[in-house]
Amino acid sequence: MIARRLHRETGMGLPEKLWNTSWSFVLLLCLVAGVGYAMLFAAAGGNAEPWAGRHAIRFGFSLVIMLSIAMIDIRLILRLAWPAYAAGIALLLFVDLHGAVGKGAQRWIDLGVLQLQPSELMKVLLSLALAAYLHRASWERMGNPLFLLPALAAIALPVALVLRQPNLGTALIIGMVGATVLFVAGLRWWKIGLVLGSVAIAAPIAYESLHDYQRARILTFLNPERDPLGTGYHIIQSKIALGSGGMFGKGWLQGTQAHLNFLPEKQTDFVFTMLAEEWGFAGAISVLGLLVLVVAFAFGMALRCRHQFGRLLAVGIGVNFFLYIFVNVAMVMGLIPVGGVPLPLISHGGSAMITVMFGFGLLMSVHVHRDVEIEGAREEEA
Amino acid sequence: MKRENMRSKVFTRRVLMLAGGKLVLAGLLGGRLYQLQVLESDRYATLAEENRISMRLLAPPRGRILDRHGEPLAFNRLNYRALLVAEQTADIGATLETFSQLVPLSEAERARIEREARRRRRFVPVLVREHLEWDDMAKIEVNAPDLPGIVIDVGPTRVYPHGEDVAHVVGYVGPPAESDLTGEDPLLELPGIRIGRAGYERTQDLALRGRAGSQQLEVNAVGRVIRELSRHEGTPGQDIQLTLDLGLQQAAIERLGDDSAAAVVLDARNGEVLALATTPSFDPNLFVTGLSADQWRAWSQNRRAPLRNKATAGLYSPGSTFKMLVGLAALEANVTTPNERISCPGHMELGDQRFHCWKRAGHGAVNLREAIKSSCDVYFYEIARRVGIDRIAAISRRFGLGVDPEIELPGARSGLIPTRDWKQRVHRVPWQVGETLVHGIGQGFTLTSPLQLAVMTARLATGRAVKPHLTRTVGGVLRQGHRAEDWPGLGIAERHLRAMREAMWAVVNEQGGTAYSSRFREDGATMAGKTGTTQVRRISMAERERGLRRQQDLPWEWRDHALFVCYAPTDRPVYACAVVVEHGGGGSAVAAPIARDILLEALERRPLEQPTHSPPDALVAMAGPLGSRANEESALPVPPIPPDSEPP
Repeated sequence: MIARRLHRETGMGLPEKLWNTSWSFVLLLCLVAGVGYAMLFAAAGGNAEPWAGRHAIRFGFSLVIMLSIAMIDIRLILRLAWPAYAAGIALLLFVDLHGAVGKGAQRWIDLGVLQLQPSELMKVLLSLALAAYLHRASWERMGNPLFLLPALAAIALPVALVLRQPNLGTALIIGMVGATVLFVAGLRWWKIGLVLGSVAIAAPIAYESLHDYQRARILTFLNPERDPLGTGYHIIQSKIALGSGGMFGKGWLQGTQAHLNFLPEKQTDFVFTMLAEEWGFAGAISVLGLLVLVVAFAFGMALRCRHQFGRLLAVGIGVNFFLYIFVNVAMVMGLIPVGGVPLPLISHGGSAMITVMFGFGLLMSVHVHRDVEIEGAREEEA
Repeated sequence: MKRENMRSKVFTRRVLMLAGGKLVLAGLLGGRLYQLQVLESDRYATLAEENRISMRLLAPPRGRILDRHGEPLAFNRLNYRALLVAEQTADIGATLETFSQLVPLSEAERARIEREARRRRRFVPVLVREHLEWDDMAKIEVNAPDLPGIVIDVGPTRVYPHGEDVAHVVGYVGPPAESDLTGEDPLLELPGIRIGRAGYERTQDLALRGRAGSQQLEVNAVGRVIRELSRHEGTPGQDIQLTLDLGLQQAAIERLGDDSAAAVVLDARNGEVLALATTPSFDPNLFVTGLSADQWRAWSQNRRAPLRNKATAGLYSPGSTFKMLVGLAALEANVTTPNERISCPGHMELGDQRFHCWKRAGHGAVNLREAIKSSCDVYFYEIARRVGIDRIAAISRRFGLGVDPEIELPGARSGLIPTRDWKQRVHRVPWQVGETLVHGIGQGFTLTSPLQLAVMTARLATGRAVKPHLTRTVGGVLRQGHRAEDWPGLGIAERHLRAMREAMWAVVNEQGGTAYSSRFREDGATMAGKTGTTQVRRISMAERERGLRRQQDLPWEWRDHALFVCYAPTDRPVYACAVVVEHGGGGSAVAAPIARDILLEALERRPLEQPTHSPPDALVAMAGPLGSRANEESALPVPPIPPDSEPP
């Protein structure tokens, strides 16, 4: 029934869609999730409970959702883009008022089975909305500041709401995802220069308005030894774990830093550290390579897509995933302040997994419907 | 179409730029990873090991102290104690609060514990309470879940079974002072470690202490021990056998009784200390378990000074016991002969000063032997005047007076033997001839300890420069100097020494001798000796006129000290003895009978002829490996925990 309807709208049958699906990408995701399973198994001291088993179940569930979304006609997704964005904003407002408080920030909606972080979801929904807004925009219109104002507002609103939570890291990522979509959509260079310039001016002012714990993070990042038993302890222990792993690591389940609990939150934020400690530089660089390959796939799909909506959406999702990886890995290596960002598909945690796989569902839908004609996209140009 | 191309071209270009940017960032991550994991790997590997591995010290058992027959004077007993490991509790205050509800802790104790916990590294346990009773142990065990950081530990505690009899010799142990914590010996950082604080325990602390062993433990982030990686047993402290004969020591203590007194018995042939008795004494065990402030005050304010080792640290004018040395100085200097007679009219005039003999009527014309025997003062005024103070001092030093006795006890004093130089240097006044006269009868500046007097007597008796020592074997190895041949001669003409021994024999064994009433009354061995009575204060002419000389009428602190030095048997000297009774009255009436009884005891016990079954019995267990002794300790009866106090 649904299949027939889909067929009617796209002119593509389910078999054709499945044929169009990038199964190598799916395989890549399974591989990354498998690494996650191995690490969570190790984090529990060689036990599927309490993390690895649930991780596998969640991934399987998320994979089904991803493939289901991939079958949805891209034009339907386009139509639903703004309502979805509005729903995301509503959720952000909801957590602002009623959200559970954890680590000094309001972030979660407790759905019982999983804790939903609307701010995570918002990264994907913003890409969706911007892609929908910009997909018709001609090169000339991209040069019109008035045309860009709604897009900027669409970025600023969730950024402001997430900052209020307060969650500096996620707000910055949302802003960067939005900026990237604008960039590839053809934002003029001088405007980019203008924005970067104003950021440079605004940064010191923004620092003044940060919360104490956010400032502490930045200061600790600048000098981890400043407070070795406080905030800096995590970074120092993480660096010790990484460094002591050496070229080939201490062996799976053999990481002393991880298993003697010197490493904090090894099943979530610091899972990459444990991986690098146990599997060494060779293992860590390989896994990093796999993750970068995921991003490369997304960019490849963007380039192959023939409609602007799909292109922009694919880039947004790819960049979002990349930022996850970059922030998390840079964080555990002491390159940027600790930010509570998990390593997607590997860290324990439902919200990030669902969000990322939801995004990949959209990405796959873009890929499946890469050659679909979207009404209006051309008309405006003509 | 062209515009579509434009948009598409820009998109493609920018995506490629973006991808390039991402690759650079990913490369940055990879580079950082390479830096940490490959370039700086060694440094972090070390840090990870330091994280993981914790060193703990293992206290070696302290060596025992035994008497010459192997009788223990100090050993170790099991002591159950509660320790606090700071890193295992989130809140030290709360843990101590809960603890004190079970076993009361005073405010001072809690302050001490918290101070130590701050000062020491977090994994080093701090002593909370020692000598726990079984009831308290049971309470702590049952409530263990509410007492994070508290661990029960069995450690050794020092026991002195013959406490008061040997307190001044053996001394006691106590916690190290802040100044001891120099970091040289990690052992001192162990909780509840005891080091020698007084007596022999203090001077031989390093030998008795042993060397700390160590344990490498794998610990996790909160300090919990995961497993033992390696263990290196330390070296147990060495057992030390003293030259002391406990039986003789106890007899001496008993004979001194309630007097404030000291008695020293040496083996005259080699300087071994057989008895070193000081009364009143104290119980060293109280120092180990913790001395109350009241007890401390009582001891330190007692005018009979129970804490002072009078035998080595008490200084007294030698009085007439010094006369042998004056006589020897004169003989050696050829200013008199043994037979020269000097007239004693009861006093001697020097310039406008008059020096009295103790016997107002005078002794008549006396030679050396008679002068010693009846302790004539005028005779010694005269020969002292002839020989001069510097030559008296030189002889005195050869007999061990005025020099460090070099015994293995802290606080042993050198006393004082004055010379002209010394007086000029210290008092900035020239020496007066009158002073030489006073010093000729052992008064004036001269100060000696009972130990020095015993050494002097031993040297007189044997003609060898023996030095007093307490150590017989260390770890089963005999110390040098236990044979007479180990000691050099004094360099004094044997005929002069013989004349002096003759005279000392006469003191005890001839009618008219000052110690005649203290002679051995049974056939057999005889002893030779010399009495001494020294004034504690100057007697004014007025008092002399009034005749207020009866000692019993004076306040205790004003009475004369009574001294006696002696050796026996006279034909083949073995035992040399010195007795000083503070404010005892006269040497012949008080000190001589005590010395006689002690020497008789020595002759009867004959400690030197008894087999000193040191290596066979006492020392085998000592020299053996740690294990044998640990087993010995754990074989002690262990009282069972009552069933109702066991944790559910």
